[in-house]
Amino acid sequence: MAEVRAEMVANVWKIVVSEGDAVEEGDTLVILESMKMEIPVIAEDAGTVTKLHIKEGDVVQEGDLIAAIE
Amino acid sequence: MFDSVLVANRGEIARRIIRTVRGMGLRAIAVHSEADADLPFVREADDAVLLGPAHPAQSYLDVDKVLQAARTTGARAVHPGYGFLAENAAFARAVIDAGLVWIGPDPKAIEQMGDKINARNLMEAAGVPVAAGTREPVSDLAQAERAAEEIGYPVMVKAAGGGGGIGMGVARDGESLAKAFEQATRAAARFGGEPAILLERYIERARHVEVQILGLADGTVVALGERDCSVQRRHQKVVEESPSPGVTPELRERMLAAAVRAGQAVGYRGAGTVECLVDADAQDFVFLEMNTRLQVEHPVTELVTGLDLVEHQIRIAAGEVYSVEPRVTGHAIEFRVYAEDPRRFLPGPGKIGVWEEPVGEGVRVDSGYAAGNTVTPFYDPLMAKLCVVGATREEALRRGREAVAAFRVEGPKHNLPFCAELLDHPDFVSGDYDTGLVSRMRSA
Repeated sequence: MAEVRAEMVANVWKIVVSEGDAVEEGDTLVILESMKMEIPVIAEDAGTVTKLHIKEGDVVQEGDLIAAIE
Repeated sequence: MFDSVLVANRGEIARRIIRTVRGMGLRAIAVHSEADADLPFVREADDAVLLGPAHPAQSYLDVDKVLQAARTTGARAVHPGYGFLAENAAFARAVIDAGLVWIGPDPKAIEQMGDKINARNLMEAAGVPVAAGTREPVSDLAQAERAAEEIGYPVMVKAAGGGGGIGMGVARDGESLAKAFEQATRAAARFGGEPAILLERYIERARHVEVQILGLADGTVVALGERDCSVQRRHQKVVEESPSPGVTPELRERMLAAAVRAGQAVGYRGAGTVECLVDADAQDFVFLEMNTRLQVEHPVTELVTGLDLVEHQIRIAAGEVYSVEPRVTGHAIEFRVYAEDPRRFLPGPGKIGVWEEPVGEGVRVDSGYAAGNTVTPFYDPLMAKLCVVGATREEALRRGREAVAAFRVEGPKHNLPFCAELLDHPDFVSGDYDTGLVSRMRSA
């Protein structure tokens, strides 16, 4: 299982995938927004999104869990 | 002269404006969000009003709340800084309608220049050179494709109502045009701008050079030299210098004259900036856009002219009639200290543990933060502007190296290591660089 974590303090602007979705390596999972910049969070491996730990509008801290991919 | 100024902004620019306002013996009133309550600009103002939550829409962009703050504090004038409401003509009108002095150009000039397509057409009519591009808003991809064919690739695609490089993209063929068009449309919608898209011929290896103008109360417009802003990442400026090392005296004369014509064409009052692209090989230039406000990088102009631009904005807004004979001496460079990692330039907000600014001859720091403050993700990443001035460019570079090395910031990620790297890069040192410099540094 791969854990996807936030690289920086940010607002969750948009969630692109849903739990249960199959994703390919390089797919955008979530778009964060920090300091007027959109930062896509990318799947590093192919798999299935088993859990989304955030919702749109949340503030995430650096290192916070965003999603789990199996 | 009015006796008080409300500063409708935050961070370094609010602090910098407050300094001049208080220096002129006027009362400075800050407005702030919950997230910014501990920042120096709030502390240093004579009065401070909490607007609301961190999100800009609920604080710095909320016109009613800002006007309410002006009423309750008895403010007589409003300075908008840059960004937020600075180029919002409706806000300027609301300020004037409330019986307050608007420290900025006529709302009509803001409107005329805010729409980039209209601005291009207006400038062309005033005899200011413009790049080949669309004269009407482009609203769908098929139209964009036809326009791009006509103009010739590569083209720059941007939102007519956009700014700050957001949503701008270069298209080299039909495929990248679709992507750039989609990106610009999305940015336009998201930042509340007009959904109109503009295409322009993209000049490779161009320098971004802008002219500072000042429209005086008697209607004359003067040019205060140029600033070279070619060191950019994601179409956003990182380092600016004046004079530009890529502009000959002959080209400078033509650019300054064109900038004055641009200002006159809209009856400009106060401080404004005419942005141009310069083809350094051909020593030619085209108009890009006009910013109807104080510019982030105005300190480099202040350092080579000895003028306080905020003071002039205030005196002009107060209707004071006087003349300015600008004289440029020496060389100034500004480094934007951003809360971002120095490799990929991704945001890195955080709590500031250590903040030690460099001091010394020819060093000026305009900062928005101090040790103990937190740089939050809600606003742009600019923490401070480190500016140096010297008799020559060499002296300015040397002072820049020393000042960058002496600036200590711990906590948020920051780009001071990038500034140090740039100061040792042969292209920057020689002055022979263009807007592609930073991406070349990072792709090597």
